[in-house]
Parts: sequence; structure tokens; C-alpha cells
Amino acid sequence: MSITINGKAVDPPEDPRVSLLDLLRDHLALPGAKMGCNQGACGACTVLVDGERVLSCLTLAAQMEGRSVTTIEGIGSPDVLAPLQQAFVEHDGFQCGYCTPGQICSALAMVEELRRGVPSHVTGDVSSEAIAFSSEELRERMSGNLCRCGAYNGIIDAITATCRETAE
Amino acid sequence: MSIFDDAKQAAQGLVQAGMAKAVALAPDSWVPGGKPDPLIRQRHGAIGKPVSRLDGALKVSGKATFAAEFPVEAMTYAAMVYSTIAKGRITQITVSEAETAPGVVVVMTHRNAPRLNPPPAFLSESKAAAGDSLPVMQDERIYWNGQPVAVVLAETQEQADHAASLIRVGYEAEEAQTTFEAAREQGTQQSRFMGQPLHDEVGDAQDAFAKAPHKIDATYTTPRHNHNPIELHGVTLYWRGDGSLRVHDAQQVVAHTAYTLARTFGIDEKQVVVTSPYVGGGFGSKTLWQHQILAAAAARLAKRPVRMVLSREGVYRVVGGRSPTEQRVQLAATDEGRLTAILHRGLTVRTAHNVIAEPFILATRSLYGAETFLLDVHHVDFDMLGNTFMRAPGEAVGTFALESAMDELAHELGIDPIELRIRNEPEKDPISGLPYSSRNVVEAWRSGAERFGWERRNPVPGTVRDGGWLVGMGCATATYPYHRMPGGAARITLSADGRATLDLAAHEMGMGTSTAQTQVAADRLGLPMEAITFNYGDSTLPGLIMAGGSQQTASIGASVIAAYNKLVGELLKLAGNDSPLAGLKTEEVGSRDGGLCALDEPDRFETYASILARAQRDTISVEAEPPMPLETMHWSMHSYGAMFAEVRVNAVTGEPRVSRFLGSFDCGRILNSKTAASQFRGGIIMGLGLALMEETQFDERKGRVLNPSLSEYHVPVHMDVPEIEVMWTDIPDPHAPMGARGIGEIGITGTGAAIANAVYNATGRRVRDLPITLDKLL
Amino acid sequence: MTPFKYTRASDAADAVRKGAATGVKFLGGGTNLVDLMRETIERPGELVDVSGLSTEIVETDEGGLRIGAGVRNTALAEHRRVRTAYPMLTRAMVSGASAQIRNMATVGGNLLQRTRCSYFYDEDGSRCNKRVPGEGCDAIEGFHRGHAILGASDACIAVHPSDMCVALAALDAVVHIEGAKGARTVPLVDFHCLPGDRPDIETVLEPGDLITAVELPPMPFAAASTYRKVRDRASYAFALVSVAAAIEIEDGQVRDVRIALGGVAHKPWRATRAEAALRGAPAGETAFAGAAATELAGARPLADNAFKVRLAERTIVSVLCELAGVTA
Ligand SMILES: Cc1cc2nc3c(=O)[nH]c(=O)nc-3n(C[C@H](O)[C@H](O)[C@H](O)COP(=O)(O)OP(=O)(O)OC[C@H]3O[C@@H](n4cnc5c(N)ncnc54)[C@H](O)[C@@H]3O)c2cc1C
Ligand code: SF4
Ligand code: FES
Ligand code: FES
Repeated sequence: MSITINGKAVDPPEDPRVSLLDLLRDHLALPGAKMGCNQGACGACTVLVDGERVLSCLTLAAQMEGRSVTTIEGIGSPDVLAPLQQAFVEHDGFQCGYCTPGQICSALAMVEELRRGVPSHVTGDVSSEAIAFSSEELRERMSGNLCRCGAYNGIIDAITATCRETAE
Repeated sequence: MSIFDDAKQAAQGLVQAGMAKAVALAPDSWVPGGKPDPLIRQRHGAIGKPVSRLDGALKVSGKATFAAEFPVEAMTYAAMVYSTIAKGRITQITVSEAETAPGVVVVMTHRNAPRLNPPPAFLSESKAAAGDSLPVMQDERIYWNGQPVAVVLAETQEQADHAASLIRVGYEAEEAQTTFEAAREQGTQQSRFMGQPLHDEVGDAQDAFAKAPHKIDATYTTPRHNHNPIELHGVTLYWRGDGSLRVHDAQQVVAHTAYTLARTFGIDEKQVVVTSPYVGGGFGSKTLWQHQILAAAAARLAKRPVRMVLSREGVYRVVGGRSPTEQRVQLAATDEGRLTAILHRGLTVRTAHNVIAEPFILATRSLYGAETFLLDVHHVDFDMLGNTFMRAPGEAVGTFALESAMDELAHELGIDPIELRIRNEPEKDPISGLPYSSRNVVEAWRSGAERFGWERRNPVPGTVRDGGWLVGMGCATATYPYHRMPGGAARITLSADGRATLDLAAHEMGMGTSTAQTQVAADRLGLPMEAITFNYGDSTLPGLIMAGGSQQTASIGASVIAAYNKLVGELLKLAGNDSPLAGLKTEEVGSRDGGLCALDEPDRFETYASILARAQRDTISVEAEPPMPLETMHWSMHSYGAMFAEVRVNAVTGEPRVSRFLGSFDCGRILNSKTAASQFRGGIIMGLGLALMEETQFDERKGRVLNPSLSEYHVPVHMDVPEIEVMWTDIPDPHAPMGARGIGEIGITGTGAAIANAVYNATGRRVRDLPITLDKLL
Repeated sequence: MTPFKYTRASDAADAVRKGAATGVKFLGGGTNLVDLMRETIERPGELVDVSGLSTEIVETDEGGLRIGAGVRNTALAEHRRVRTAYPMLTRAMVSGASAQIRNMATVGGNLLQRTRCSYFYDEDGSRCNKRVPGEGCDAIEGFHRGHAILGASDACIAVHPSDMCVALAALDAVVHIEGAKGARTVPLVDFHCLPGDRPDIETVLEPGDLITAVELPPMPFAAASTYRKVRDRASYAFALVSVAAAIEIEDGQVRDVRIALGGVAHKPWRATRAEAALRGAPAGETAFAGAAATELAGARPLADNAFKVRLAERTIVSVLCELAGVTA
């Protein structure tokens, strides 16, 4: 069985030690997913697997057989940016840009989680079906993506500007 | 530091002191910046506009290529083994299992490493970049816990990592100096900053303190910190057939690094090319450390390209951080709150192999107009990894102490803390005696206080409550000096099609440099931004420009001004007598609309295209260096900020959280309001981390960092960071290029104290030991 | 990482068969195991992927829930019945790690996640009895601000880092296990061990045992339960102290109560002494404080984690007051 990456079928690596992140960066020349810790502690390596956000550094590539992976390269290109990518540029949702692909992938799936009604640590009543869209909810839900440059305000602004309607 | 070095430094100090006096007394017009940059007057150009980052589209789509992402044929991947003792020697190192492990290309230890010269340590000479001057894997000596002792190259990263885990090292440990108290007992030494002793005396501060009616005497401690840019330190490099070395690095000092690598490998400086188009954050850490040298040495041994990406633990083992400090601040004041004495003294930690001691008194030198001063930094030497500068070295932790003490004094006197600061506003620099180039901190205080709603603060600590939270407000002054290091240079190439290219060995680490400097160049050359190409991040380009000390903007600015003036001179020569510009001197000419014009007669104008066409030239290219940065010996040049924090402390658990923050800045002219706001916020957020959570845990028993990971070293996450308001005076500094002082570091200064002071206002607890974790508030 | 073989188990029986060989480890979401393998603290020769097995949450005949071991943390947190009948569990889930990790992590793996003690992680540079029994423990005289105050030993003072397990301990959960000798169940409170002189033994599992499910008995009064986590940053940090609690009050008296603590011991700590002190007591701050003090009377803190005693007491009182609707 193969792994689908940005719509293309890819053979899993022979060495089962290869993480999904190393598969992308070292083997497939897709360096959009970044390595900030290789320990699950920063979120820079966030990609989408069947639409869910996961950390590619703690995922073995072998586990991805039969699954569909989307990386930042599959979301938009410099000439054709996705609306959220465009909003990151406009709202200055980054400085060095290193955490950025992870932030964007994370945010896209986060909006889906919000819409699905997945509760969060700051949700007042976890039994309620709909979650109110608020800056606090976004901040809590994005907390798995560190940004040492401190572009947090811009990131939240970019997500709010683009995704508020979809999320509600 | 050897006695010889001390003597050399002292001699340099004397020369510098003599020169400083002469420059201080010189007429303004003799000094760089004496005549304001003409761009300061121009108010309708690209400068100041909220232009989005020019590299934005690449960054948000994952197409900006970072150091560890350059593809190279026949690549090998590196892994390292680090020492587990702080001092001693390797008695045995068994590599046979690693050498025969699948995919291994080479195992390098001190036994087979190429012979290298010790690298010159950063600041030991103008082009030096290394973290310390220790020999790199040349013998069995161990100097710090975490020192690399072996490098493995393999066909894949997985194979390299595994083989590294098979290497067995035996050590003979010697007694190491790794404890603060023991080191202090053995004696402390005078610390220096850029060769000058960190010691200042004005009047008899001890006496003034003894006699004062109101005083504060408190000791503040700050822990070690690590920069922790999210991009791991990584390098891709290879040797070429001609013996030259090509390095794709994550760098904030490309030219220094090329020079230092060349010295280390005993080759010509021109044979090392270091490029660094994108850097995933630096904050002082993306300089030259052992890993690049070891990668190059291993590449030479293997005759293959090498990619070395440090693990996060590896970063803590080989890249230095900020040193801890213990600072005693004594303030004395009259009944009216006039400072009669400031004493700020203390101790930090250093290694014997580099020259960097945390200079925490720098801000205290010029912030308040006290009558007397006694400032001093001493250090003890540890057997540890050489620490380095981290965002606002000195000021970040120094302002925590000074500005906490100011708050304590305000409380003691019953004066509003802002009012206390304003009452002690100096007329000239209290220590150097120089006039300020531009100082509008009072305006920053007043406008900030109004926007923040300071008047709503209840000055009685522990009285405001919102549900389960105690709420408090605090403030502090932020400050960071204007620097411009010697060594800048720029090349401008103008082509007949109306395009200009600027070449400088400068850096973009997320500060927005490439965008802001394109705006500046557009205004300076009278061209649209689209017509400007700004090349940077390449050691073969002109200039020795460090992205550090918030000085890059000034350094680039002054270099481009020098090149521009030369360009205008050359163009006037080419224009000749048939041009409407004929007869004008360089200083009478400016740029607009793709050409040159007389400054007082803008209609006397000719386009670049026309000048070049008449001279039958396709392009013209000039390169120039700016004058020495004497302006900082003639004026006291600093940026300022008024920082306001609202903090909530959980009444049950003591958890402190920042709920509002405002920074009101006076940093000269702002070149790009969008990217500048981000720089300010980024600094403030790092200051929030410094205040509430950041600490590198150094186990003194072994001299070893015990939390070398992003899950155990806490940096602020989204949820810790409220919306941060920033505002600025935008008053140009008449003596700085473009009227702009740097903005990259000031945000982290003052923030720690503003938050600590807000915690005090919320709870009545004065925490003088960072970070302010909940156990200190229970 | 040491080389290993990767296979997927087709069902529980297949997993148990494969797991019987030496050097085999089961793989859930990998969020802890892959990390520890990279640190070479874990060196399995074979990984049997069980993350695709038992991924359902079903209602039991008694009216409780049976949660498959392969259920992802997010799926558990957002499950309708969990949110309404056992909200403390949802709250515990969503306060752990990050959304990405919760999307990957499984219930089985969460139960077996290992301590975050820095010296345990410092494989080549520090001594740790959990890694190498008998070697010594560098934490006791080192950095131990986050370490245990209850049930620790001279050999090990590490804490169990899971949030989920604290809620499960309070909810009387039962762990379903399948092994070479067949299926069995173990109450969650007996599943993890105290360190004693063998801190390397962390649970009652035998080699090759597979966790298949966690079962929650019905507990009507847990519908108003909660979980509070106290930590050094606002999110994405392990607990310094956490409290899971449910309380049933009738005529101003405590009829029944469940309290469990996290971040204080080598296992999720069920506060049985506090519970006993409270049953039948008047529901109010005085009784809550007394009960909390009773529980923490057994604490043996060290220099840098003594604050946890007060922190745990205060948090217990605050959580109980909140649930009881009385002001602290
Ligand atoms: C940065 C970071 C922060 C975190 N923060 C928190 C936090 O705040 N709170 C918290 O609670 N947790 C936290 N975690 C831990 C996280 O919850 C665990 O890593 C996760 O729950 C483990 O689940 P998994 O499925 O990924 O387990 P794996 O990593 O796949 O496995 C863990 C262990 O369980 C075994 N195993 C897995 N499934 C079974 C089974 N069915 N039967 C028998 N054995 C099995 C494996 O062999 C292994 O030994 C954090 C993790 C990281 C990396
Ligand atoms: S506390 Fe336990 S896990 Fe930590 S070092 Fe000691 S024995 Fe090891
Ligand atoms: S690289 Fe995966 S979380 Fe940091
Ligand atoms: S933009 Fe640099 S780490 Fe986020």
C-alpha cells in the first residue's frame, strides 16, 4: 500500500525508522514542514493526515500507508496562495517564517474542529454542541504551535479574518 | 582571559577614552549624522508604510529555503555525541561498532579529525565569530559538559543517529568549577563589554546613599536563558575541488563566519562562501559554534557534502545562552523623589574562553538623572559552554532589576511610578555627559498611560479582584542603545532600464530588514519599490554587518548613504555639461522619479536612464564604506519605551497570566509600521517569557543543562499572549540614518519589570527572583 | 533509533500473538514511544501497530461506557456521552498536550506514557533507577520541583504525567487487558504502581499484555464533575498539580464524592482518605479543607516541591467548592 502525499502516491520508506517528517524533508524534497524539536514540543512539523492535524515528527512514515497527507506545499503556491496564507502575509502572522507552515496547517484543521464542536480547555460548557468563536478559543487551540518570533497576534488576526465565517 | 589580553584591552581602552573625549567635543558637523539624513524630511515616500513582507508569499507556502533544506548530490547526514562531564579528559573512545553500522560513512573523533586552528572568539577581533576560542575536537581534553566528542556521517539521518548511539566514551573527570557559591568564594573578576570595564562611578554614591531619607536596597536574580529559535541550528556544506568551502548556514553574521572558518581551516578568506537567505530566528544565537566547524571537518574527512542539523538537545549542548545574574540595586531619593544615588552592582557567570559577560548595567548608565552613580559588573568563570549575547544582552535582565527597584521606590515614597520616572528625567547623559540625540520618553509615558488607562490603577496592592483573580497593573521603562558597528559597506548598481540593485552582507531573520531596506532604497533613489533588488545574506557581498545589537538598520542605512553619495558623484560626472544638472555638487543633489534633481530646484532634473544613455552606459556600479560610527561618542543615542502590563494572579493557585500589555515607544522614525509592530510585539513576548516562565536548568553538580527541550524549557505559547498594543512617537532622530534607531531588542527590555510590578500591584508580593512562577505567589 | 521491524496487528488476538516475542512493543499514536525510541531509552526490536484496533466507544449494558484502547484522545474528548455524563474526562483530555498530539494519541498509549523526569530523559548524562535499576536517582538532590510529594520512595520520586488517567482514577475506571493467559480486568487505581525499590516497574502489565479497553461504570453524579489543571504556562504544559472531582450532595451533606490528583505521585492518586473524611460531612469549605489536609498529611515533599502540598490542598478545596456551589 502506498501513502498519498499532496495527491500523489508515494512508496513508504524501507527503513521503518523514517518519520513522516524526514520522509517529507529528506526523501521527497518537500521541506515545507519544518523541524523545530523532533520531540512533539513545537508544532512546526504539523501536517494534515486525512484532514486532521498531526505532528509529522512523531509519526512513523510506515504508519501512513493507506492515508492521505497534505503538507503546506499542497495548500497553495507563492503564485496561488490560499486565502489563509494570503491573510498571514497581510496581517504579518510571522517574522522568520519558520513556524509558519505548521501554523497554517494547524489553523486549517483547527477551524474544522471548531465547526465540528470539539471542546477545548477554555470552553465554558463542554456539554454544549456549538462552540462560540472567540479569540480565547483560537489561542488555546493554536497553543500547540510555538512561535519564538512572537507573531501570535498576527496569526490570530489572520485566522479570524479568514475563517470566522467558516467556523461559525 | 590572559594577563596579556587584559593589558591589550586596557591599552585599547585608553586610546578609546582619549578619542572619545575628542569626538565628544568636536563640532556636530564633523561627526557622522551631524547633518541630518535628507530622507528624514521626505514624508511621502515608501518609508513608514505598512508594506507586507516581500518574502511573505514564499514563507507562507513553504518555499523559502532554509539552511538545512538545500539539496546537494551525495549528501551525508551528521549526528554528534556530547561529553557528559564538565572537565577532564577522554580516556577511551570506542567507535568500532559505529563504524561498521549500516550506512556509516565516517566516524570522526579527536583521533582522526583534521588539524584545525582554534577559531577566534566573537568580539576578540573585528571579524571573529566563534562562540569561544577552544580547540575543536583536537585532543582528549573536555572543557564543558556537552562538548562534542564524536561526529558520525551516514547515508541517512536515521543511520547516523543510531551509529552515534553506539559510540562508547570513557572519561577521567577533574574537579570542575560549576557552582555559583563556590566560584564566588574563590574570587570574582571585573567584567568588560567591548573591551571596556563594566564599572562607572560618578560622585560618592555610597555616601549619598547613606545620607538619603528614602532608600531601596534589594537583590534581584535572573536565571540562564536560551534563545530557542524554532529553526534548529543547521548547516549544509561541502568542499569544492579547488579547496574552497561552500556553506549554507543559518547566520546572523555571514562575513564574520566566513572569515572565522577560513582562519580555523587555514585557508584564504575568499575560499569560504557562506550564504543564509532565510534564518528561522536567531536572537543572538545564529552565529558560529562548533557544529559548523565540525561539519566542515567531517566533510573534508569524508570528501562528501554534509548536512548537520543539531537536535534540540544538541542546540543546548553547543550553542551558548544567556548567563545568570545576581544584581543588587540601591536607590536613594529625596522626599520629592529626586534620585541622589543609583548603585547597581552584581555578579554574572562567564567562561575563560570567551569575552562575554552579561552587561546588566548598560541601561542604568543613562536612564535617570541621579546625582551619583556606582555601577559594576563582576563575574566568576565556570567550566561550561561559552554563553553569548541573547536579545538585549544586559538590558533585558538589567532593566528587570533597575525598574523593579524604581517601582519599590515609588511605593516607598508614595509617588506614582510614572511620575517618579518623569521627575528624574536627565538633561544630558548622567555618566558620559553627552547630550541626547533625541529623547522623548516622557511623551511615550504620557501617551502610553492615557491609552492604557493607567489612571484606573489602584495603587494599593492586592485590592482589585475579578472573580477568582487578583488584578494588577505595572509599568517600567524600556531602553536600548543605538549602535552602529564599524565595517559596513554597500554596493549600488543602477541600470539603464531604471532598476537598482543593492548588495550588502546583511541578514534577514524575520526582522523585516529586506522589506524595510527596499522601502528606504526606493525613497533614496527615487524609484518605485518594484525597481529595487536588495541582496543580502551572502559573505561575498560588501560589508561586515552584524544582525545584532539592533544595529543592522543603522549600519545598512549608513552604508547605503555612503554608496548613494558616491553614486550621485559618479552620475554627475557622467551627466557632464549638457545635463540640466551641470554645475551642481553632490550634496546639492537628490533623487526623485527615477532620476536626479537639484534639491532646491526640483525641476532641474534628469533621469538615470537619460544620463546613462548619453554616457553610453548600460549600468553604473559603486561601492562605498560609511565613516566610523563616531556619532555615538558625540551624542548619547538610545531608544526608549514605556511599558504597561495588566496581570491576573489566580487567588487559589497563584498562576500568573498577563491579560493586557501596551508598549509605547520612542525609537526614532519607524521604517515599516507593519513589521515594526511585529518586532516590538515579538520582543515583548520574549520579555513575558523571561518574566513568567523561562529558565535553563543548569545542574550545578555536573555543570549540565537538564531541560534541553522545548517541552521542559517553557517559552510563551499562544494562550499566554494577549493582544499586545504598540504605539510610537515616530519622532526621527536627527543624527541617525533615516532618523531611525533600531527596534529589534527594546521590546524585551522593561517588560520583565512591568510584569513583576503588576504582580506586586495585584498581590502585594514582590518577586525579585525570575521567573515569577506560581510557587512564589502561593 | 535502534533498528526495528514494523508490523500491524490485524486484531487483538494477532497482537497478543505477536506481542509474546521478546523485544516487541505495541505502538499506539507513537507520541511517547517514538520520542523515547529516538532518545534510545526504549529500544524495541519490533513494533506492532495496534492503533487501528478497538477504536470504538460503546455503551455498556449497565449504562457505562467501554472505550476502545485505540480511541484517539480527541475522539474521547468530543464524544457526546463523555461530555455530558463524565465531563471531568473531557476536561482532562483537552487540558493535555496539544490538539495535534491529542489527534494522534490513543487511550492505551496515554495510560502507559512514561514520566517526563529530566534525569530519566538524560539517557547518557544522568543516573536514573527507572532506566537502570540500582544506578541511583539524580533527581532527589537535583531539579525536582515537578516531582512527587505522595507515595514516592528513596529510589524514585517521578510523577505520572497523564491528565486522562487522573479523571479515570476518579471515575472508578477498569482496564481491560488481553494477554497470553487470556483476558482480565484491573481497576485503574491498581493499574499503575508506586515506585518502591523497582521504579522500572510501572504497571501491573505482564510482558506482551495488550490493553483493549477502559470501562467506565455508570456514575450519575459525575455529570457535574470537573477537572482542574495547574501549570506553569497557560497551555501545552504538564500539570504541577491537577484535581479531578465529582461530588453528590443531599440536604447539604456529602453523599458521595470522588477525588483524584495528578502531578503528585508515580501514579494517578486517588484521594481515598479525603473521600472517606467527606462522606456524610456537611458540604462546605471547612469540611473540604479538612479533607484535603487529611489527604496531604501523608505528603513527603522535598526542598523544591513543598509548594505542591499547599497547592494541592487549595486546588482541591476550590474545585469542591465550585462543584458544591459554595464560595471559598
Ligand atoms: C510535548 C508533549 C506534551 C504532552 N503533554 C501532555 C499533557 O499535558 N498531559 C498528558 O496527559 N499527556 C501529555 N503528553 C503525552 C501524551 O498524552 C502521550 O504521549 C500519549 O497519550 C501517548 O499515547 P500514544 O497512543 O501516542 O502512545 P504510544 O507512544 O504509541 O505508546 C506509549 C506506550 O504505550 C504502549 N501501548 C500503546 N498502546 C497500547 C496497548 N493498546 N496495549 C498495551 N500497550 C500499549 C506502547 O508500547 C508504549 O509503551 C504530551 C506529549 C508530548 C510529546
Ligand atoms: S525520579 Fe525516578 S525517573 Fe527521575 S531520575 Fe529518579 S529514578 Fe529516574
Ligand atoms: S518538530 Fe514536531 S513538534 Fe517540533
Ligand atoms: S515566525 Fe519565527 S518562529 Fe514563528
